[in-house]
Amino acid sequence: MVASLVRRFGDIDLAEEAAGEALLVALERWPADGTPPNPGGWLTTTAVRKGIDRIRREQQRDAKHQAAMMITDDTPHEPTGVVDDDRLRLVFTCCHPALAPEARVALTLRLLGGLTVAEIAQAFLVPETTMAQRITRAKAKIKAANIPYRVPDGADLQERLAAVMAVIYLVFNEGYLSSSAEHSVREELTGEAIRLGRVLRSLLPEVPEVLGLLALMLLTESRRTSRFAGGELVPLPDQDRGGWDRALIAEGHDLVRHCLALGRPGHYQLLAAINAVHTDAPTTADTDWSQVATLYDQLYAVSPSPVVALNRAVAVAELDGPELALAQVDRLEDSLASYHAWHVTRADLLRRLGRSAEARAAYDAAIAATDNAAERAYLTRRRNQLAG
Amino acid sequence: MTEYLLSVHGNVDEDAADTRTMEDYQPVFEAVDRFNQKLKAEGAWVFAGGLHPISTATTVDFTSDTPIVTDGPFVESKEYLGGFWVIEAPDLDAALEWAKEGSQACGGKVEVRPFQSEADDAAMRTDG
Repeated sequence: MVASLVRRFGDIDLAEEAAGEALLVALERWPADGTPPNPGGWLTTTAVRKGIDRIRREQQRDAKHQAAMMITDDTPHEPTGVVDDDRLRLVFTCCHPALAPEARVALTLRLLGGLTVAEIAQAFLVPETTMAQRITRAKAKIKAANIPYRVPDGADLQERLAAVMAVIYLVFNEGYLSSSAEHSVREELTGEAIRLGRVLRSLLPEVPEVLGLLALMLLTESRRTSRFAGGELVPLPDQDRGGWDRALIAEGHDLVRHCLALGRPGHYQLLAAINAVHTDAPTTADTDWSQVATLYDQLYAVSPSPVVALNRAVAVAELDGPELALAQVDRLEDSLASYHAWHVTRADLLRRLGRSAEARAAYDAAIAATDNAAERAYLTRRRNQLAG
Repeated sequence: MTEYLLSVHGNVDEDAADTRTMEDYQPVFEAVDRFNQKLKAEGAWVFAGGLHPISTATTVDFTSDTPIVTDGPFVESKEYLGGFWVIEAPDLDAALEWAKEGSQACGGKVEVRPFQSEADDAAMRTDG
């Protein structure tokens, strides 16, 4: 029996211990229950079960230990060495609400993304010492306040998952919205966010918003290279669709279809669906704006924010004309006066209505409201192209 | 298990604007009572109490040659400590759940802070 166990477990000590435990159980139970019909088979089966239990316990302890060590010590580590359940525990711990938002991002990138402190610092444009301190403090708080290392249960899970997804999306946007080639580490951020999104999906494959987030990131990323040309930002309607990454689009569309089938729409899923309508259109003229508008209506119902209203107005302009859209956009002034995209949208609508002077003023306001060099270059050119 | 301080702070300006009477506060006292009973029943209670107003405080400073006794709090501030619970909980999540209930019961914000343990003390001494 021990030999077959050794073959099974590949570990002599484990085999012997498991056999011993099985015999003990037999000694306890058989006098009372009677000897089973196939005693040898019974012993082997019991021993195998005992062996598996022990392996699981050791694995859990080692992996837990390994992961817990990540939180408390500073030695470099291989995140991929930790089993999936522990990645999940780790990401929830890193994104705990008791930690400051920027600490959650830093910790997630450090412990799950395996980025160095220097890389994270560069990505977020802070000095390395600042970032190092931020991470050290977060780890110290986890330890001192005894933030538990576990996946939250039932009641809290939704809320805590929202925090995790917010961190991942924040990392993605940080990479995506920055200017292009000069900051290659920031490009790595979108890749990192997508990777984390995939980990989350593999761990929680049936949570619709998790799928939605991954789809959203994939579809957005698919357009990356077409977003810039000659140091300028190229808006969606003007992009070279041939430069879009078809593999990412296919994967994104697949996920969106899966989400539709699950029938529990949410914020990320709707944003992904809107992106899918765009990436589905072979040319700008083919864009199904009516679908886009409907999806924005649904998105507004779920997330009634001024930014959503602004983006919905862009769709309205395509369906009902720039005049109606401008009226909607102007109503958002109080909330969005400092948001450069509000000015950009206004400028474009005013331009289409032939109100050049006002359009020029709006472009100027948009330029003043953004630091992004590529975006400024684009806006400056549009402004200079205005007639009169 | 970790011990946590759940402290409730008041604000002088808010107090001045508060028109509630003792009668109005009865439900609050009762809610806090029920919360305290629950803490005790579940073995989380270590100690708790409400403090007399800040005007009853006295500060003692014997950090130099002569002791100095002054009427009033440690530092003049709009914020002051009103009361606190000391609880024992398995982890921060559990402490935060207690803090949510406590905050609802007393109608104020609750700050949750971990106590250093004997193990922490020992660690600090050897790290030094």
